[in-house]
Amino acid sequence: MPDTGLDFDAALSFGGFELEARFSVAEGETLALVGPSGAGKSTCLGIIAGLVPPRAGRVVCGGEVWNDHDHGLILPPERRRVGMLFQEFALFPHLTLQQNVGYGARCRGRSRAEAEAVASRWLERLGLGGLGERRVAELSGGQRQRGALARALASEPRLLLLDEPFGSLDVATRGSVRSELRRFLAEFGLPTVLVTHDPVDALALGERIAVLEDGRLTQVGTREQLLSAPRSAFVAELAGLNLYRADLADGRGLKEARASGVSFHVLADDHHGPAFVAFAPAEVSLSRERLPGSAQNAFLGRVLEVRPLPDRLRVVLDVGVVLVAEVTREAAAALGLGAGRPLWASIKATAIHVYG
Amino acid sequence: MPLPDGHAGRPPSSLLWLGAAPLVFFIGLPLVALWLVSSPTELVRHLSSPLAVRALWLTLKTTLVATALAVALGMPLAYLLARVPFRGRDVVDTLVDLPITIPPVVAGVALLLAFGRRSLIGRQLDVLGVQIAFTSVAVVMAQVFIASPFFVKAARAGFEAVDGRLETAARTLGASPWRVFWTITVPLARPALLAGLVLAWARALSEFGATMMFAGNFPGRTQTLTLAVMTALESDLETAVAISALSLALAIAALLAARLAARRWSAPLA
Repeated sequence: MPDTGLDFDAALSFGGFELEARFSVAEGETLALVGPSGAGKSTCLGIIAGLVPPRAGRVVCGGEVWNDHDHGLILPPERRRVGMLFQEFALFPHLTLQQNVGYGARCRGRSRAEAEAVASRWLERLGLGGLGERRVAELSGGQRQRGALARALASEPRLLLLDEPFGSLDVATRGSVRSELRRFLAEFGLPTVLVTHDPVDALALGERIAVLEDGRLTQVGTREQLLSAPRSAFVAELAGLNLYRADLADGRGLKEARASGVSFHVLADDHHGPAFVAFAPAEVSLSRERLPGSAQNAFLGRVLEVRPLPDRLRVVLDVGVVLVAEVTREAAAALGLGAGRPLWASIKATAIHVYG
Repeated sequence: MPLPDGHAGRPPSSLLWLGAAPLVFFIGLPLVALWLVSSPTELVRHLSSPLAVRALWLTLKTTLVATALAVALGMPLAYLLARVPFRGRDVVDTLVDLPITIPPVVAGVALLLAFGRRSLIGRQLDVLGVQIAFTSVAVVMAQVFIASPFFVKAARAGFEAVDGRLETAARTLGASPWRVFWTITVPLARPALLAGLVLAWARALSEFGATMMFAGNFPGRTQTLTLAVMTALESDLETAVAISALSLALAIAALLAARLAARRWSAPLA
């Protein structure tokens, strides 16, 4: 559906940096643009929003040409109808929340009363009703994020751009805000480009994931496509995440996340029902005997495979599900690693990400 | 728990007070003396002399015009210096600082050489029957020359402190650059702009040297309060004191106004 979505094709040189990328986002789809910092992700957003002029290429959104280098066209940002969510939200500190949300309507020539009505509607819709008179300084991190989203949506955008939307939130709020954002994105059905350096955010929110490394797209695909067939070191790292679909239930103190074949004890106060459970291989400790102490998750399994990485070993185990661990070479020698060997795998509950 | 903010590292308060007190007294004493010399009724009587009234009126008119000009002309320059990198920015920056550092008398001579009757510009204007030097216009020009750098410096710092991401956000919400400037940049820089405005006005109020050289000392036309003090000093010491006390009152009012304004508008409504 190229008529309602976004088609992006642009090149840019800046100092020694070269960016060349091409992707499209369908109506209602969320594309996660993920990659290490300095890869050019935010620059892509800047090009889409009209804040950065590209060296070449075309950007078309909703059938409207925003950039066309061959015809010398660069539409200014205020005429593009993008809703952009900034890293630290960029809410205007001298205005109330309501005035922030109504700002776009005022820019498009609405009267003050109309802008206030629009703002109230969006505040209500994002669960911020009654907070309209507050100033930015009087809002919590989560409220600011919703306020920034309300402001972006109230300007009637054709496209949403999210630049590291969780960057300034602490770990505790991050999880709940992430699942909240996921729900809103599904509800509003706008084509969305999410920029993040965090694979967990990309996996949680992106229906398709585009991996940008050093100014080039190294892989674009669905979560499953990426995880099953990584085509670059970054994706391999990303794929190396242990990721399971699970059902959350109340356990003793901690929540219990039941995946097919195994249950994890996790910290997830805000979640119920179906969720994703993810943790990094480096968070898994391997031992011959069950470890005494604080790890809330311990599974006995068999080694399926040992893969060497530049500075350590990646161990694939079967503990009822397939689980990947990483150990140093010294540790591997001490464990006497080899296929078929029984080992205990321990993971702390705090090391497990849970997201809806 | 937050760490204590460095109290441990500072010298004892008693010593600090001992060191700070002389300067506080040195600045405070003469200012207090200005008001203690004569009674309030005496002050008012001396201030109602034609010399004082005319000087006060002229000073208010010229300084307000000069401040308005400093703001109107200083705003674009301050924004340029704060936001637009260009070749020779350091040169322009230094140029703007110069009126603060050169002796005002020298500034007056320079203005005279540039705009006086025999200067290049002055000769052209003379043909048209227009003369600048030794007129009220010259008073305003001298004040703008001396005072506008104070506004430019403050405004520049104010613009620099505005988070550029807020301006970017406003653009994506549909605001033109012009609209961003007036609805985001200026309101956020407002405390600095107001501080600069008051500083510039106070400096224009105290202008003496450049005005003396470029505009002369003609009652009703170029004789501002400071020049009136000098004139009065030759014949009528009490009037000189009264005008000085008035100037001090104006300066205090300006500083108070700046503080109040900054508090009132630091979180303005749109």
